[in-house]
Amino acid sequence: MEFKNLKLSKKTTFVIWVIIIAFIIAAPSILPVFRLNLLGRYLSLAIVALGVDLIWGFTGLLSLGQGIFFALGGYCAAMYLQITSSSEFPNNIPEFFGLYGVDNLPFFWEPFRSSIFSLFAIWVIPALVAGILGFLVFRNRIKGVYFSILTQAALLVFFNFFNGQQKLINGTNGLKTDVTQLFGQMVGSESIQRMFFWITALLVIAAWFFSKWVVKGRFGNILIGIRDDEPRVRFTGYNPVLFKTIIFSIAGGLAGISGALYTVQSGIVSPQFMTVPFSIEMVIWVAVGGRGTLLGAILGAVLINYAKSLVSEALPASWMFIQGGLFILVVTALPEGVLGWLQGEGPRNLLQKLGLKRKIETYPSLEIKNETEGLKNE
Amino acid sequence: MNKNTNFLLSLENISVSFEGFLALNDLNLSLKKGELRAVIGPNGAGKTTFLDVITGKVKPTKGDVFFKGKSLIGRKEHKIARLGVGRKFQSPRVFENLTVKENLEISVSTPKSPLNLINKKIKNDQLDEIEHLMKVINLSKKINSKAGALSHGQKQWLEIAMLLGQKPDLMLVDEPVAGLTDEETDLTADLLKSLSGDNTVVVIDHDMEFIRRLDSNVSVLNQGTVLCEGTMDTIQNDKRVIDVYLGRPEE
Repeated sequence: MEFKNLKLSKKTTFVIWVIIIAFIIAAPSILPVFRLNLLGRYLSLAIVALGVDLIWGFTGLLSLGQGIFFALGGYCAAMYLQITSSSEFPNNIPEFFGLYGVDNLPFFWEPFRSSIFSLFAIWVIPALVAGILGFLVFRNRIKGVYFSILTQAALLVFFNFFNGQQKLINGTNGLKTDVTQLFGQMVGSESIQRMFFWITALLVIAAWFFSKWVVKGRFGNILIGIRDDEPRVRFTGYNPVLFKTIIFSIAGGLAGISGALYTVQSGIVSPQFMTVPFSIEMVIWVAVGGRGTLLGAILGAVLINYAKSLVSEALPASWMFIQGGLFILVVTALPEGVLGWLQGEGPRNLLQKLGLKRKIETYPSLEIKNETEGLKNE
Repeated sequence: MNKNTNFLLSLENISVSFEGFLALNDLNLSLKKGELRAVIGPNGAGKTTFLDVITGKVKPTKGDVFFKGKSLIGRKEHKIARLGVGRKFQSPRVFENLTVKENLEISVSTPKSPLNLINKKIKNDQLDEIEHLMKVINLSKKINSKAGALSHGQKQWLEIAMLLGQKPDLMLVDEPVAGLTDEETDLTADLLKSLSGDNTVVVIDHDMEFIRRLDSNVSVLNQGTVLCEGTMDTIQNDKRVIDVYLGRPEE
């Protein structure tokens, strides 16, 4: 039975990929520039969703603070674009500094003059911050709900800090990128945006392959082991702290790349990237698409965001209700998400109308799991 | 400090207190290399806490644990496991969303560092080991089944195989026959018996028939301390043991 599922899942994956790639290739010629730009943005969000799937779907770490790393990546990209496009402004520093009477560039801006440094900073800095934060949290064995609350608290700390630093990073106004220059052209111009669309599309596929490689094999199995029964992993001689730190750091790096791509395609990065609802939305994309499927994360991020923009255009203000309803529907009816349902026994169950409830096996281990284990076995 | 070098494991004056309740009270117990030891005792006698102390899950309030001459106190669980202490849990704890083979891979893989696991293929001798373990537990046909789809008895056996795969010097086996059929119980007893000699094994169980079949020295725990030690026959005729444990009618 398991083998059959595996086959089905491979076939489903393949079919979905063919559709995705065909769509990406066709998109620039069939979609108007505005829509193409939106698609590019949503594809970049798929990368942060992949990270959420790695830490939540596979490792059971429900982070509500991925916005931190997303924003850090965005800021790195925006700082590079601003500093390299500031030659015509007073003191050769970005224009906004003039508003606050700042004449000297804050020291941490300096390295962003280098494009190579910036290209690394976009993912290395978020990955480092995630790694340090993760290590401290995991070392103290903070798990489950406490971990989620802690990540959300960290998000608020970062949000408030960034919001208040006018003289360093333009505070609540954020950093604009659309009027900056890249390769002698405006970043907001059609040709540069088209280029970013292609880069994003390629990076989504690369990020998927990378994530697939990470969870394939023994390393991924340990992650699943940590999700389902962390003490057992410990007693087998593995140090879960290391594994969790690594995967959290990887998710942070992916979030950074995602944030950078999102920033250059939406034209601005601001502390709004670190609001609580946005980080929760990332989790919703993965939950709806299908936890632990990777592909589900991509589909969830792109389709939900596309639906969001379409619905918001037609019925402004109704999106929040739809999104809330979607989440409730998934939690109650499709706990494994759309793709998880497709890959599992969902369609067959529906067809046969068995009416029998099946146990969900891939639900991330909750704190109470160990206590209920005995009961489950009886 | 360490006087008992001829013992593989020795617990010296171990006390564990949970908010005033003494789960273990001045417990002393030593194991020779290659020994098979059964530990019995009524509910709440501290049997599982005893294993928790050895494996580093619980820190004793007092006393010391020596394994191969090294103190285990203050070491993390995974470090203790790497020193050679393997543990099988009370209810079978296998990774249900992984296949039988993947479960065994986790147990036999060394070194257990993330880098080794992420970029190297499993070694051939480890694959052979998995092959061998599957034969021992008779699950060769289920190699690609999810562990969650196994029967209760098969899970128990898979966990024993995972324990063997770790190649521990000391195996701590907590209620290995809970929920097994009589036949499976007998097979498990034979398996554990065949392991002693090369391995040092501690078996905790309630099932007296099973313990008798192990034909080993028995330690009886009661109220967190060792009540008496000896062969099954000695134990069964000990008045104190009859009072606290054996004499009680079964419910």
